[in-house]
Amino acid sequence: MTMSVPKKITFYTMLTVSAVILFFPIVYAFMISFMTGPEILQGKFFPESFHLDNYIRVFDRLPLLNYLLNSFIVSAGVMLGQLVVCSLAAYAFVFIPFRGSNFVFFLFISTMMIPWEATMIPNFFIIQNLNWLNTYQGLTLPFFALAFGTFLLRQHFKTIPKELHEASQVAGLGPFRFFLKVVLPVSKTSLVTLGAYGFLTTWNMYLWPLLVTTNNSVRTVQIGLKQLQSQEVATDWGVVMAGVIVVIIPTLLLLFLGQKQLQKGLTQGALK
Amino acid sequence: MSTIHSRPDEFIATEHKPGVWERSRRARTAILYLLPSIILFSVFVFYPMFRTIYLSFFLTDQAGDAAVFVGLDNYKYLLDSPAFLNSAKATLLFVLYTVPAGILLSLFLALLANEKLRGIGFFRTIYSSTMGVSVAASSVVWLFMFHPSIGMFNRFLALFDFPQIQWLLDPQWALVSVAISTIWMNTGFSFLILLGGLQNIDEHLYESARIDGAGYFYRLRRITLPMLSPTLFFIITISLINAFQTFGQIDILTKGGPAQSTNLIVYSIYREAFVNYQFGTASAQAVFLFLCILVATILQFRFGERRVHYQ
Amino acid sequence: MKKVELIGISKSYDRQKDVISNIDVRIEPGEFFVLVGPSGCGKSTMLRMIAGLEEITGGTLKIGEQTANRLPPSRRDLSMVFQNYALYPHLSVEDNITFGLDVKKVPKAERKKRAQDTAEMLGLTDYMKRKPRELSGGQRQRVALARAIVSEAPICLMDEPLSNLDAKLRGHMRSEIRRIQRQLGITMIYVTHDQVEAMTMGDRIMILHEGKIQQIGSPIEIYNHPANPFVATFIGSPPMNLAQAEADPGTSSVILPGGEPIRLPEGAFEGIGKGPVTVGIRPEFLMPAQGTSEHPVFRAEVTNVEVLGHETVFSFLAGTEEWTAKWNGQWQIQPGDRIPIALDEESICLFDAKSGTLMKKPAARQLSVPAEGAAT
Repeated sequence: MTMSVPKKITFYTMLTVSAVILFFPIVYAFMISFMTGPEILQGKFFPESFHLDNYIRVFDRLPLLNYLLNSFIVSAGVMLGQLVVCSLAAYAFVFIPFRGSNFVFFLFISTMMIPWEATMIPNFFIIQNLNWLNTYQGLTLPFFALAFGTFLLRQHFKTIPKELHEASQVAGLGPFRFFLKVVLPVSKTSLVTLGAYGFLTTWNMYLWPLLVTTNNSVRTVQIGLKQLQSQEVATDWGVVMAGVIVVIIPTLLLLFLGQKQLQKGLTQGALK
Repeated sequence: MSTIHSRPDEFIATEHKPGVWERSRRARTAILYLLPSIILFSVFVFYPMFRTIYLSFFLTDQAGDAAVFVGLDNYKYLLDSPAFLNSAKATLLFVLYTVPAGILLSLFLALLANEKLRGIGFFRTIYSSTMGVSVAASSVVWLFMFHPSIGMFNRFLALFDFPQIQWLLDPQWALVSVAISTIWMNTGFSFLILLGGLQNIDEHLYESARIDGAGYFYRLRRITLPMLSPTLFFIITISLINAFQTFGQIDILTKGGPAQSTNLIVYSIYREAFVNYQFGTASAQAVFLFLCILVATILQFRFGERRVHYQ
Repeated sequence: MKKVELIGISKSYDRQKDVISNIDVRIEPGEFFVLVGPSGCGKSTMLRMIAGLEEITGGTLKIGEQTANRLPPSRRDLSMVFQNYALYPHLSVEDNITFGLDVKKVPKAERKKRAQDTAEMLGLTDYMKRKPRELSGGQRQRVALARAIVSEAPICLMDEPLSNLDAKLRGHMRSEIRRIQRQLGITMIYVTHDQVEAMTMGDRIMILHEGKIQQIGSPIEIYNHPANPFVATFIGSPPMNLAQAEADPGTSSVILPGGEPIRLPEGAFEGIGKGPVTVGIRPEFLMPAQGTSEHPVFRAEVTNVEVLGHETVFSFLAGTEEWTAKWNGQWQIQPGDRIPIALDEESICLFDAKSGTLMKKPAARQLSVPAEGAAT
């Protein structure tokens, strides 16, 4: 299907203008992160030179490396936890028909109607009573079970032909080995989607880390940004923006690499 | 033989009727796989939800334990409290500002990016990029852009000799400013979902419309939007829920101010509980939040049933 | 090799109506047994009950000497080939073939050797490293076969394994499966809806309809002596012609509605009284009438003609029924022609009009060529 040239020009113009406006804040932050104080005050868009002073200083002011590591551990932890917990549940829903499965399924759906913020007060006390404040498990464990993730995987598991299950039964594969050796490898793409989604959302989580970290030991980068901003506002925006760029690079990279996959996978999980 | 086999069912059934243990074998295996989810949901979702409702009927001590039963007093107090009513109003306004505009913007971008043009992959990546930028990071960037003297917005206004706006400091403008930044933050995700929905529409529908000579906007109205409606309903619900849950941008951009104009409900719960240690009234607010989201979800399920038409 | 015995097997869902009732059959060791019937007749359900994939709700299933009703599929000593092949998409051909051996903890060296041998037998050696999606339909089918063969299970179940192949390949695979089964001597239970497969492959055929056995027997037996009108029309192409008629033992003839009486040979009406019967005759026994025929001849109006090259199939009105005849060669017949047709009265079947049971068998028509060197 070919488009006429004027139509093409219209589309490219709209595409480009939208892209420039939408991406502007990110580019702007990137530019600021190389500027000195006076440059920022002058209101320039391009820095005079791309020197890394602000980046060096942001790592000096904050234990940013620590925060990055913490964020990475927490995000990877939640990602793995979600993959394990959700794939087990999805497997039961698809491959083990049992009485009461509808009821359990309804329980899962109902968790989607309970916003995390409505339960954060008791959750905070649970973590506190377990002595899990400032621990990785306090940051990760509450997010392992995820109804959305279970549905997304269930959707994909349902496309596995039932004959594959039967052939494995004839071959003598138990349910757990069928899960490990057939279901998981066949569903690689969905697992990657859910993994990327879990990593991304956890990396960007703000309220919960704010509640359950009271010192720097397991604090994540997002909280680091808040600290940085409240310390630096008056003085040095360049340093703050350097922090911002450091924090968003991992997730942007993940997104750029997995955009196609994520879009396909999320749509599948969202709609049956 | 034939006399036995004439009613094989009953005969066999009484002969080796499997016991309850045997019959429930599959259910037991299934529960084993579901157990991690069920335990986690019980501990971190169901129990806290009931606990929240329970606490909302009490005055609490510093440790968050119920101290004095007050019945519905917390709710009465809230409904009489101008601060809470203000917060509820701000939340509703915020939803109104962000959801329709956000969806229209994402839909516009998704329609653009759904055209088969050279280099479209690049634009798709750019449009989805805000999904990779955390709320905290984007809030910091927007905080700078809203800065009264060195921020980009006011410099821009100055360029055309317009009066300067105190974006985040003026009670008239603060909620709008936060809404603008929020729309930007949510665009990436909504765009991605809507683009996915658009790409699921069968090509043949467009081809047959082209043969009939239908123009772009006719196709948009008669094919694209109806076929996209399930995805639209989904993203509307998600956006609604997200708007109710807004927290990070408030904490970084305005701290609920100025003059409580951006004290959205989750921020209000957070302050009530973790700054004022009023866990009872905070829980009552949390129950309000829960009800709002429940209504939004039920609406989605109601409308969602219409999907069947389109598939 | 093992026998498979079904004693009073039945299946119902939710204890409601039986979808399969009262199946009694003994499948001998080394036999090629075909289950055939129209779709929805319960043949796949039966196969899946034998495999252990579907619960048996009544009766006893014996595999070898052992009662197998509650055995898990893996302990029934069988292999299975599925209609869609059920190949593991993430594994190479080789890993697909050895998958079951791997599970059964067969030592690696032996695994490799058995896979190699099987692949050779099926001409798959060049594809061992490929993934299923890189194979053609026929090659995938071979991998599925290989997977069944390599297990060395004494019993093999196949559920419409050829239905996804094109006609030419299907013909080839028919003889190949049959060859392998003979070579290995395995007991084969083969489900199909295709009567050609049933006729060409089976030692014995079971015809199922609405969950009930219609007939069990060798292909020729079933073709020649169909137990009831259903079998008569299900097996044979074009199907046997049927008509409701009146039997008149007094004159030793049957009268078709609106047709002339047909005299049958003496003794044909043994045990048959006067009254309604169902008459059946295969299309090849309605012959061109040339000159003076020894058979009864009638004239009929042709309604449709298909010339297939080696034979001509046409339909005509026999009384009120539309019948089909099959003649060798290419015949110049036009719809609307009235032509004389001779009817081989000895080949007529009579079925009870109500119960459908076969009352008069057609005469056997076995041809033979004198073997060379044999005394004639």
